[in-house]
Amino acid sequence: MTHAAATVDQMRPPYPAERGLDVYNTKLGMWVFLASEVMFFAALIGTYIILRFGAPGEWARPGIVLNIKITAFNTFLLICSSVSMVKAYAAIQDGDPKKMRFWLLLTILGGATFVGIQIYEYIHLIEHGFVPSGVREGSELAELVAKGTLPAATMGLYGSTFFTMTGFHGFHVTCGVISMTYLYLTKALPGKYTKQSYGGIETVGLYWHFVDLVWIILFTIVYLI
Amino acid sequence: MSWWLPLKGSTFAGEIDGLFIAILVITGIAFVIVEAGLIWFVVRYRARPGRKAFYTHGSTRAEVIWTAIPAVTMVALGLVSNHYWVQIKGRNSIPPNAYPIGIHAKQFEWQVTYPGPDGKLGTADDFTVRNQLHVPAGRPIVLALSSEDVIHSFFVPQFRVRQDVVPGMDIKAWFQATVPGTYELGCSQLCGLGHYRMRAQVFVHTPEEYDAWMKRAAQGEASE
Amino acid sequence: MTTVAATAQVAHGHHDDRPFIRKYIFSTDHKIIGIQFLFVSLFFLLVGGLLAMQMRWQLGFPGKPMPGGGILPETMAPGGVILPEYYIQLVTMHGTFMVFFAIMPLLVGVYANFLIPLKIGTHDMAFPRINMWSFWSAFAAGLVMLASLFVPEGAARAGWTMYAPLSARHDYSGAELGQELWSISIVLLGLSSILGSLNYITTVINNRAPGMTWFRMPLSVWALFITAILGILALPVLSGAAIMLLFDQILGTHFFDPPAGGQALLWQQWGHHMFVSGMNPTLGSSFMVSTLVIAVPSAVKTFNWMGTMWRGNLRFTVPMLNAVAFVAMFVIGGLSGIYMAATPVDMFIHDTYFIVAHLHYVLFGGSLFALFGAIPFWFPKMFGRLMSEPWGKIHFWLTFVFYNCTFFPMHILGMAGHMRRIYDPTQYDFLKPYQPMNEFISISAFLLFATQIIFFVNFWWSLKKGKPAGLNPWQDNGLEWTLPSPAPHGNWERVPTVYRGPYEFSSPQVPEDYLPQTRKLPGDREPAAVSAAH
Repeated sequence: MTHAAATVDQMRPPYPAERGLDVYNTKLGMWVFLASEVMFFAALIGTYIILRFGAPGEWARPGIVLNIKITAFNTFLLICSSVSMVKAYAAIQDGDPKKMRFWLLLTILGGATFVGIQIYEYIHLIEHGFVPSGVREGSELAELVAKGTLPAATMGLYGSTFFTMTGFHGFHVTCGVISMTYLYLTKALPGKYTKQSYGGIETVGLYWHFVDLVWIILFTIVYLI
Repeated sequence: MSWWLPLKGSTFAGEIDGLFIAILVITGIAFVIVEAGLIWFVVRYRARPGRKAFYTHGSTRAEVIWTAIPAVTMVALGLVSNHYWVQIKGRNSIPPNAYPIGIHAKQFEWQVTYPGPDGKLGTADDFTVRNQLHVPAGRPIVLALSSEDVIHSFFVPQFRVRQDVVPGMDIKAWFQATVPGTYELGCSQLCGLGHYRMRAQVFVHTPEEYDAWMKRAAQGEASE
Repeated sequence: MTTVAATAQVAHGHHDDRPFIRKYIFSTDHKIIGIQFLFVSLFFLLVGGLLAMQMRWQLGFPGKPMPGGGILPETMAPGGVILPEYYIQLVTMHGTFMVFFAIMPLLVGVYANFLIPLKIGTHDMAFPRINMWSFWSAFAAGLVMLASLFVPEGAARAGWTMYAPLSARHDYSGAELGQELWSISIVLLGLSSILGSLNYITTVINNRAPGMTWFRMPLSVWALFITAILGILALPVLSGAAIMLLFDQILGTHFFDPPAGGQALLWQQWGHHMFVSGMNPTLGSSFMVSTLVIAVPSAVKTFNWMGTMWRGNLRFTVPMLNAVAFVAMFVIGGLSGIYMAATPVDMFIHDTYFIVAHLHYVLFGGSLFALFGAIPFWFPKMFGRLMSEPWGKIHFWLTFVFYNCTFFPMHILGMAGHMRRIYDPTQYDFLKPYQPMNEFISISAFLLFATQIIFFVNFWWSLKKGKPAGLNPWQDNGLEWTLPSPAPHGNWERVPTVYRGPYEFSSPQVPEDYLPQTRKLPGDREPAAVSAAH
C-alpha cells in the first residue's frame, strides 16, 4: 500500500489497523481532552460540595452577594451560542460555507459577550468587597457580615470556591472564543471548510457544547442552590 | 542496636507483632521461592550455542494457580488484620472506663492536658504540661487529639500506636500501656522545620506512682 | 492539512533539511522529543541524587560539616553544617525531582514518545505540535522547580506529597516563594502530562499500522496506553488540587485552611496508606482491601516474568542483567508493601524508614533497574551506536550491591520506629544506638552515587565512540528494529505491515530464534486494511 489511507481525507483515521472507533484524529483527541476536562471540573465541583456540606456553618443564601438576574441572562446567551454553533455545523454539512461563517461569527460574539459580562460581574463583586479570600475588610459586604445577614464563618470558603469555579469556566470560554476566532480567520474566511472537510468546526463545536454544559451545572449549584 | 521490633509496651503490641511475624513468614517464603527460582533459571537457562528456547504459548493452569494462591493468602491476611484493626481503631473499640488525656499538638510541641484529680477532661481542675505524657500502666487511656496548625502524628514505637492529628478535627485514639518505664513520643508526620525535635517524654507509672504524681502535678509542682 | 503533513513527512524520510533549531530544539519529531526528555530527566536524576547525598550526610554524620558543603550559602549550610530548614528542602526536593522530573518522565516521557510510533508502525504521534508543547511545558516546569532552590527562604518545605495545610500557608512552612513555585511547576507538569497522554491515547487507537491489531501490540505499548488513560483521568484531579493549593498560597483562598472551614484532608483524598490520618475506621478497612488488591496482580506479574525465563535461552547482556535485577528487586518492594496493607502493622511502620525502604525498592528497584536496562537497549535506535557492555556490567554489579546495602537496612531502622524526614535522629534516645547503621547506609549511598558516574561516562562516550549498531543488534521482533539505527525522521517511507505478535521467539517456523512482526511467511494473510487499499 502507498499513502492511500493517509491521503483519503482528513476526517478518517489514518491507518485503520482494524475496525475500531472510525473517528478521525482531531475528533478523537478532543474526546480524550474532554474526558480530562470532565475530571478537572469534577474535582472543582467535588471540592465545592465537600466544603459546602462540611462547612462549619450556614452558607450565604444566593442573591445576597451575587446578581442572579444578569447571570441568568448570561446563561441564556451561552445556551444561544451553543445553538448557533450547531447551526454553523449544520450549514457546512449542507455545503453552505457562507451560512456557516455567519453562524460561527454569531457564536464568537455570544461567547465574547459572555466573557465581557463575567468580567463586569467580577469588577462589581470586588468593588463591593467579595474577593477570593472571602470578604474584604471595611467593604459594603463586610457590613452585611457584621449585621449577620451573611454568615461570617463560611464567607472565606464561599469566595474561594466561587472565584475558582467561575474563573476557570470563564478561562475556558475565553480559550474557546480565541480558538473559534482563529479558525474563523484562518479557515472559514479563506474558504477552507467544505462539505467534505469540516473537522475544525466539528471539533471546536464539541468543546463549545462541553463548556456550555459545565456552565449550566455551575450556574445551578453556585447561583441557584 | 536491636535488629528486631522494640519492646512490647502496650496491649496492642502482642497482636501487632504476631501479625508482623505472620507476614514475615509468608513474605519470607515468597521471597525465597522467587529469588531462588530466579537464580535457578538464570543458571539453568543461560544461553548456550546451538540451543533454542522452548516455544510455548503459556499454561492457563499455571496462571490460575499463581493467581489463586496469592489471592487466597491476601484475603486471609485481610480478614485477620481487619479483625485486629477493628479492636484497635474501630468505632466502638474504646473501652468505656478509659482514662482521658487531651493532647494538643502545635509546631513544635505536645501540650498534654490531664483531667486532674476528678478524672474528667473539661473541668476546672484540668492542667496542662508541655512535652510530658504521664500514664498509669494497666489502664486504658483515651487520647483526645487536636492540632493548632498543621498535621502532626502521635507515635510511641513501644506502644505500637500512631495517630495522625489533623487540624479542624477531633480525633480519639486509645491504648493501654503495660510496662512501667520511660519512653519517647515523636511526631511522625513532617510538620515543618522543627519536626525532628517535636519530641516528648513518656512516663508509664505504676498506678500508685501515677496517683502520687497526679497529686503533686495538680498542685503545680511538676509542670514543665 | 493532514494530507499535506503526511506527504511532507514521507518526503523528509531520507533527506531532512530542516534548520538545526527545528530539527533538534523545537522539534515535532517524536524521537527527538523522546531524546530531549531523556537528557533532561537524566539531568534531574543527577540533581535528585545530589540532594539525596546531602541528606545522607546529615543522617549519617549529623551536625558535622559536609565535605564541599562550604560552597553552600549561609542560609543552607553555614560552614558546611546542614541547617534543619535546608534539610526539609532537601527531603522535599529530592522526592519531587525523583518522582516528577526523573522517574515519571524517564518511564513515560522518554519511552512513550520514542517507542509508541515506532512500535505501532506510524510516522509520528497523532499531534506532533501538541507533543512538542508537552515537552516544553515539562521543561519549563523543571526550570521553575530548579529555580525554586535558589530563591530567598529556599525551596518548598512540605515534603514531595505537599500535605496541606503545612504547604498551603507560608507561616506554617516558613517558605513563601519556594512553595508557590512548587505549585506552579506541578501545574505546568500536569498540563504537559495531559497533553502527552492525549497524544498517546489517540495515536495508539488510530495510528496503528495495518495488521497491528490490539492483541499484536507489544506489552510496552499496552502499558503506556493504559498509563495514559489513567493519567488522563487522574492528572486533571491532581492539577486541580495543585491549582487550589496555589490559590491558597497566592490569592488567599481557604481550600486547605481549617480555621476558615477548609479541609486539611482534602489534599489527601487522592492518596492511599492513610489509615491513621483520622478518617473513619471503616474507610480504613476499605483502603486495606484496595491495597491488597494491588498485591495479587503484582504477584501474577512476577510469576509471569519468571515463566517467561523458564526454559528460555538467556543472553546476559546489560539490558538482560538489569531486567532480571528489576524482577528480583521489585519482588522485595512488592512484598514489603504487604506489611502496609495489613492495617494494624501499617499503623506501626507507617511514616518510618520501613516505608522509605519500600518506596525505594518500588521506585528505584522497580524503575531504575528497568531504565538501566531500557537505556542501553534502545540506545542504538536513538543514536546508532551501542553502549559499552563491559562498563555496563561493572556499573550493573556495583549498583546492585550498593543499592541493596543502602536500602535494605532501612527496613531494620523502620522496625525500630525510626521516623521519616527527621533532620537529626540522635535527638531521640531510642534511635541513638542505630547511628552506626545510619552511617553504613550513608556510606553505601555515597558509593551508589559514585557508581552512577560510570553510567554517565559510558553514555557520553558511547554517543560518539560506541560500536555502530546495525538494524537489529538484539535480534528482537518489534517494528523499530526493521529501521536503520538511528531511526530516520518520519520513520518509514511506507508504513509496515504486521503479520504476528511481538513475542514469537524460537518459533518452530523459522531456523532463527526470533521472528520479526513484519516478516511475511507463506500462509500469512494480508491484513484487511492493506487488501482494501490495493
